[in-house]
Amino acid sequence: MTSLFREVTPGTAEEIPVREITVTVNGQRRSAVVEPRLVLAHLLRQGFKLTGTHTGCDTSNCGACTVLVDGRPVKSCTMFAVQADGHEVMTVEGLAGPSELHPLQEGFKEEHGLQCGFCTPGMMMASKALLDENPSPTEDEIRWALSGNLCRCTGYQNIVKAVMWAAGKLDGETAEVQA
Amino acid sequence: MMKLRFASPEMLVDINEIPDLDYHRVDDDGTIRVGAVCRHADLERSSLLDTRQPTMAAAAPLVADPIVRMRGTLVGSVCHADPQGDWASVMTALDASIIAQGPNGRRSIAVRDFVLGPFQNALAFDEIAVEAVVPTPRGMPAGGYLKLERRVGDYATVGVAVAIDRVGSQVGRAGIALTAVGPATIAADAAAQKLTGRPLTADNIGEAAELAAEAAQPKSDHRGSADFKRQMVRVFTSRILTGLLRSEEEAA
Ligand SMILES: Cc1cc2nc3c(=O)[nH]c(=O)nc-3n(C[C@H](O)[C@H](O)[C@H](O)COP(=O)(O)OP(=O)(O)OC[C@H]3O[C@@H](n4cnc5c(N)ncnc54)[C@H](O)[C@@H]3O)c2cc1C
Ligand code: FES
Ligand code: FES
Repeated sequence: MTSLFREVTPGTAEEIPVREITVTVNGQRRSAVVEPRLVLAHLLRQGFKLTGTHTGCDTSNCGACTVLVDGRPVKSCTMFAVQADGHEVMTVEGLAGPSELHPLQEGFKEEHGLQCGFCTPGMMMASKALLDENPSPTEDEIRWALSGNLCRCTGYQNIVKAVMWAAGKLDGETAEVQA
Repeated sequence: MMKLRFASPEMLVDINEIPDLDYHRVDDDGTIRVGAVCRHADLERSSLLDTRQPTMAAAAPLVADPIVRMRGTLVGSVCHADPQGDWASVMTALDASIIAQGPNGRRSIAVRDFVLGPFQNALAFDEIAVEAVVPTPRGMPAGGYLKLERRVGDYATVGVAVAIDRVGSQVGRAGIALTAVGPATIAADAAAQKLTGRPLTADNIGEAAELAAEAAQPKSDHRGSADFKRQMVRVFTSRILTGLLRSEEEAA
């Protein structure tokens, strides 16, 4: 069991209510004892040490903390960790296979879809949700799907190209499987 | 609210896991019901609203950003009673009600009486809102929602909701409500009354737009001056109604 570090005033530990939760993170069932006020982003980062999920604003504006909960994109700073109890969470760490990058990761590399990289995990998870639902999106559809994710570096052009690239690659892979 | 330390509740009840509250549906008589856990995204993707409730269909994709819409709910937004909330004005323009449920049973509260002021609603401490109800239209529902925002995902600088029910060539019922131009959602009743019981014309559209602008109580802030916001209320009211008039003329 993973347990979160917390410093307490001596003798007050009993007063802090905690709950045990079990969350499937990137396919792996993990349990933790958490305070109800802990947000999902912090459980992932500080608790499970999955620091690929970034927190940029903590007010659900920037989208850097986007993860998939039961397949739907969610800004993980909007949700309490206890609300993820019994649910499936996928973070950016869950994208790559054992030996190769996910097409989205390759796309961001090929098309220079990142500069500082701070927004990138959120961009990729929001894009993953889009491609799962709509495997060949238009440029407008990509811009629409990513409109809740802010990037301060790239000017977005290459992010859109990166997602197009990934869609093309995924399409090729599906075609290969079908052939 | 909690992150900004505006609220620090001792206990928080999560209603997300209550089963069967995520619906939105149209009853046989045309009444629309939206459950407490129905998300903005469910309404945005709805195949029902385009024809059955165009004002709601127009507003759904304009609330927040696509990812926030995955979590936020219409009922929660009305409960939140943010003067900048989009759904409260849409629901006010539609004469909708909120169904509250508590230990003493259920009661229905009109949205215009439900929103008491900024971040204040009429629920008792032991009640939750379980459903929003949009009453049966008195004709063919038509309408729109326009929102001025600085960028995607921002709250409205100005928002205008217009809902009319057409009976033949006449307007059977009209509702107009304003977002973000006062301390709470504003029902522009005098503007709506100008339209009822007669056909839409360029003249009464102009009068309604003027009365809607008069009903606004905007304040100058970082989003724009009071005069600019009032002008936008005038422009949006007229733009939605003129669009409806045009589609009426095209259909004729
Ligand atoms: C970045 C960002 C941008 C946004 N932009 C917009 C925007 O442009 N326009 C807009 O309208 N909104 C916007 N919102 C708000 C968003 O639409 C949410 O819908 C709104 O905050 C309500 O969220 P919720 O449904 O999750 O309710 P919560 O946040 O869970 O609740 C809000 C309040 O209502 C109460 N409440 C909720 N549901 C019930 C219920 N069933 N019964 C009783 N009380 C209840 C809660 O106790 C709380 O006080 C934005 C939010 C964010 C984070
Ligand atoms: S940290 Fe969650 S949206 Fe910015
Ligand atoms: S790459 Fe720096 S914020 Fe997007």
